[in-house]
Amino acid sequence: MKKKIVQIDDLKREFIMGDETVRALQGISFDVEEGEFLTIMGSSGSGKTTLLNILGCLDKPSGGTYFLDGINVRLLNRNELSVIRNKKIGFIFQAYNLLPRTNALENVQLPLYYNAAVSARARKERAEKALQAVKLESRMYHYPNQLSGGQQQRVAIARALVNDPIVILADEATGNLDTRTSYEIMALLQELNHQGKTIIFVTHEQDIAAFSRRTIMLRDGQILKDVMNQQVRSAKDMLTAMPVTNEY
Amino acid sequence: MNTLNLLRIAFKALERNKVRAFLTMLGIIIGVGAVIAMIAIGQGSKKSIQDQLSNMGSNMITIRPNSNITAGARLDFSNVQTLTQQDVDALKKKARNLRYISPASSARGQAIFGNSNWPTTIQGVGGEYLAIRNWPLKEGVSFSASDLTTAAKVCMLGQTVVDNLFSNEQDPLGQVIRFNKIPFRVIGVLTQKGENAFGQDQDDIILTPYTTVQERITGSQYFQNIFASALDENSTNQASKEIAYVLRASHKLKSQDEDDFTVRTQAELIQTFSATSQLLTVLLAAIAAISLLVGGIGIMNIMYVSVTERTKEIGLRMSIGAMGRDILLQFLVESILISVTGGIIGIGLGMFSSWLVNALLKWPTLVAPSSVWLSFLVCVATGVFFGYYPAQKASRLDPIEALRYE
Ligand SMILES: Nc1ncnc2c1ncn2[C@@H]1O[C@H](COP(=O)(O)OP(=O)(O)OP(=O)(O)O)[C@@H](O)[C@H]1O
Ligand SMILES: [Mg+2]
Repeated sequence: MKKKIVQIDDLKREFIMGDETVRALQGISFDVEEGEFLTIMGSSGSGKTTLLNILGCLDKPSGGTYFLDGINVRLLNRNELSVIRNKKIGFIFQAYNLLPRTNALENVQLPLYYNAAVSARARKERAEKALQAVKLESRMYHYPNQLSGGQQQRVAIARALVNDPIVILADEATGNLDTRTSYEIMALLQELNHQGKTIIFVTHEQDIAAFSRRTIMLRDGQILKDVMNQQVRSAKDMLTAMPVTNEY
Repeated sequence: MNTLNLLRIAFKALERNKVRAFLTMLGIIIGVGAVIAMIAIGQGSKKSIQDQLSNMGSNMITIRPNSNITAGARLDFSNVQTLTQQDVDALKKKARNLRYISPASSARGQAIFGNSNWPTTIQGVGGEYLAIRNWPLKEGVSFSASDLTTAAKVCMLGQTVVDNLFSNEQDPLGQVIRFNKIPFRVIGVLTQKGENAFGQDQDDIILTPYTTVQERITGSQYFQNIFASALDENSTNQASKEIAYVLRASHKLKSQDEDDFTVRTQAELIQTFSATSQLLTVLLAAIAAISLLVGGIGIMNIMYVSVTERTKEIGLRMSIGAMGRDILLQFLVESILISVTGGIIGIGLGMFSSWLVNALLKWPTLVAPSSVWLSFLVCVATGVFFGYYPAQKASRLDPIEALRYE
């Protein structure tokens, strides 16, 4: 039996806005096993980001339980959550969130600065390896403004990989990219998944969800369906099949 | 997180905003530069006054006649005449804390030698005067005891008088000059002493036995001053009390009477002048400190702007594992780096400008190591103090909201 990375049970998150209470998550339960590629889908406002923030230990649930790698996250304080994020989680954001005027290599090293156990030398080596994994070894000393959107997102993926997390969380990571570049990113993530990385990917695009083995559909803070995709598409194959046309 | 990483992160953040960091620093640079330069000017003038005063002879005690208040009006010093030979004798006999005593009475007049003439002061003094003033002869000898008793017409010349009466080749020793038409034989030349603390030329003087001045020039029994020197520096206060006691007895003053003389020790003079220049130093330092404060507020301002502007960066750092403390320290170290770098540049600038003031304006300056250390510490404190609130604000941000910030 595979190790359970994420175990959530009856997870709730309420936002109190004056007199009103917004129930963003209303009792969500599911497990994620090691090596899974899970997409979370749903319309706008359905609670995807709220769920991912809790999974990423940026936010705490108002109710229910969340075990990450066997640790009860609800019991942790702010600093302990920071340590968990630093060691066990890799984030990929829609807007890349790279530090400006800071080269790719430095950006990728960033999480390791907050881990006192990693020496300066190990930090650089690991960042170089992470950049190789996203095939950007030739752009190590480029600044974000010298990179395309897709390349910037690959730097961000390298940054998410560098601390060797047990799960990678992505929120609309292809939301700012065109179809072709999105597929490139998905191909990269699929490759990482084949190497054993657990990935949870929030999207509202059906064709992106089709690259994952499992999809959870949210509606109004509840799970609408939790399905295994019978036919997982290969982003790499689709890229090669795509005509390299010049549309303009 | 270890300190080295902290410094690296802060340094890189500043590097990304070099121009702004420098402009922020400018307030500190100017503030610290001003502090260092102002204190250097204040300390320099204090030290030069002290040097000049102690150059006059550090054990020296000056006794001057002092008017009793007459019908509510104080008389002009030169008209007051209370010090006599009797006083000198009493002091010589009774004051045990005094090593040397010399009365003095002087007169203005015209000195003439050959075709040269020069308006100067003749000062009649006792044989111990040169020892009191710590003033050696360049050549020749001082007058003898018999010169004193006979009111001999012999003199010693200050360097300024020599320069104005004699040409370079002439040796003044043995020559006869005239002062107010009275011939004086030159028996000695004094070493050059330069200006005193009040800017007077101490070398513009002719020294002669006081009996000579009293009998042949002023015709007065009274002395303008009595100079004395204490046994050593520590006994000057004791000595000045003793003098007052002896003189009051000698002048037959009743216990309710005010002193009709003033006793001034060199140490008191030094203190008076030191206090003045101390006040100057404090004033200058206060002005400079205000500019440092303004510089500190500048840092705080920029750090607040920086925290707001980098909200997204803070959110990102938190999401990848930075604790609140890491963020706090990052911004604190940034502001300390700004203030300390500014401080170091400011110290350099302050030293350079005090050197410049000294070289161009010829003002004495003294960069005290304590002022350097103090302003350095003040810079660190400024960085911590003015950086703390912005840094704390940054550390308390909610990572989700910070990430969402546009
Ligand atoms: N900080 C907050 N305060 C109040 N309400 C919030 C907050 N964050 C989210 N919500 C509410 O929770 C609900 C779920 O929001 P969430 O951001 O998770 O949606 P989403 O599925 O990510 O939508 P989208 O696809 O547009 O990103 C929404 O109704 C939103 O208004
Ligand atoms: Mg969302």
